[in-house]
Amino acid sequence: MAFTPSKESYAGKVYALTLGTGDKAVTVGGENVLPFHSFEGETPNRPLVAMEVQDVPPADWPENVRKAYEGVSDDPVKWAKHCQDVLKARAIALRLIGTHPDRENRSAEDAVKTVKDVLAAISVPLIVLGSNHAEKDTAVLVAVAEAAKDRNCVIGKAQEANYKTIAAAAMANNHKLIAMSELDINLSKQLNILISQMGFDKEKLITDPMCSALGYGLEYTYSVMERIRLAALTQNDVTMQQPLLGDVGMYVWKVKETQAPESDMPQWGSAEERGILWEAETATALLVSGAEVLIMRHPKAAEAVEKVIDELV
Amino acid sequence: MLIIGEKLSIIAKRVREAMMKKDKGPIQEIALRQAKEGAGMIDANIGPAEDGGEDLMQWMVTTIQEVVQLPVCLDTTNFKAIEAGLQVHNSQWGRPLINSTSNDPERFPILELGAKYNSQVIGLTVGKGGLPADAEERCAIAAEIMGRAMEYGVPLEDLYLDPLVLQIATSQDHARHVIKAIGMFQEMNDPPMKTVVGLSNISNGCPKTLRPILNKYYFILLAEAGLTSAIADSHEMAEALNERSLVADVLAGKTLSDAGKMKEISKTLDVIMGRTLYAHSYLEM
Repeated sequence: MAFTPSKESYAGKVYALTLGTGDKAVTVGGENVLPFHSFEGETPNRPLVAMEVQDVPPADWPENVRKAYEGVSDDPVKWAKHCQDVLKARAIALRLIGTHPDRENRSAEDAVKTVKDVLAAISVPLIVLGSNHAEKDTAVLVAVAEAAKDRNCVIGKAQEANYKTIAAAAMANNHKLIAMSELDINLSKQLNILISQMGFDKEKLITDPMCSALGYGLEYTYSVMERIRLAALTQNDVTMQQPLLGDVGMYVWKVKETQAPESDMPQWGSAEERGILWEAETATALLVSGAEVLIMRHPKAAEAVEKVIDELV
Repeated sequence: MLIIGEKLSIIAKRVREAMMKKDKGPIQEIALRQAKEGAGMIDANIGPAEDGGEDLMQWMVTTIQEVVQLPVCLDTTNFKAIEAGLQVHNSQWGRPLINSTSNDPERFPILELGAKYNSQVIGLTVGKGGLPADAEERCAIAAEIMGRAMEYGVPLEDLYLDPLVLQIATSQDHARHVIKAIGMFQEMNDPPMKTVVGLSNISNGCPKTLRPILNKYYFILLAEAGLTSAIADSHEMAEALNERSLVADVLAGKTLSDAGKMKEISKTLDVIMGRTLYAHSYLEM
């Protein structure tokens, strides 16, 4: 008798979510199986790698990733165009880190200008991220959401402390929204419920269960993502069926392994290669646990991850 | 079902203040209310009580027994405070219960007190190595505690196994592991081992309005599994026992005429049994 591999079938399905407009719009999610289990069901959309750019020059990034953007990172518009045209990024993630009160403390008006300029220069979808300062993000993201009206962007991140205003702004201006909680599956579900109770369409949400880098708690993110996806598929939990986000670059490029020079750690080998691998490894682990959207920094790490996706889809 | 009235805990501000001032009023009022609502024993939780624990426990035991004719559950990690409490405990209405020994060697001497004062003892199924992962691990620890109890001269009939209820908001899977453990504990001896839970920890960290709902239906599921006793609010437990037949109907697949009740019970059972992920707003979904 021929061998028949057993197939798992699931009750639920991940919502398909489209970002951007026109022929460069991208759809993620839509699968009714675990990540890359195309032999068991539908996996209509490829996971998305969005390249990260900042509103201010990346002075705080380690040299080995900063130098990949030499000559373009002094200007967010040039930087974003470089990612789109040269690196062939399918989406851009613009982090308005300069608005943080402890950083350049740029105003909401400054942020609006940056977002408008970047949007005018690119045709791929844009993810707009605040500086992760709950209070400042409220002002910045509300203004930015309005400025980006009808470009079907992703706005983020809405957290327990500020979701009401940010979700309302995203809703009023037809954007998608990232809901972030801090490595707690029950709070992640709760935030999705609270946001949808405001009238925000739950199918326009992206869940960010909070990222962490390899060696620095990656297993927690992995586990939360995996359990969210299992709840979506096996329990048909409509509050957990959103695509998942891994905000990889930000977490990876601040750990010791991506920062330490070879002179300090000769036994760790090439610092540049090490950083790229660290980011690619972290991103790949999250893909396998369920992430549909990854935000990454190093072009070579992103390229490696795209290659992994090519082989798995 | 023995309800051990739980409200006399140092964690509650009003009780703590009464303990500090040795003000009998609030303590006796709470003890009387727990007794009136059906408690068969009163829990006296004085916390770690490192300073003056002996005096405090003696004062608690005598203060409680002045107004209610019930035994007291001596709840503290302070060995000397337990011994002091046992010395003044009036056992004509029932023998005291010590909360608790465990599989941590530091907690073994508690069993000596149980044997010396002919007291019943709670055996909390945790070891030194952290929390048990599932029902099976709880049973393995229970077996160790049972062996230790016999070694120290505490009859197994006087040992209450406590599977350790954890918060559903952060440790959802444990809710059903504990139910399973309650069933398995009984199989570990003939006559079956007695069991006890610190019930309200299930809803610790949950919104206030949700707490009695989770406490009640969790209690009913544990009772169905054969639970002997619970440290709980006797008022809430009296309400729970009134709803037991409703829960049995839902478990049997029947539809209740009260749609609101139906929703409340079935959603709560789903969360307890791990069929839906817990979230603070689970009842609203």
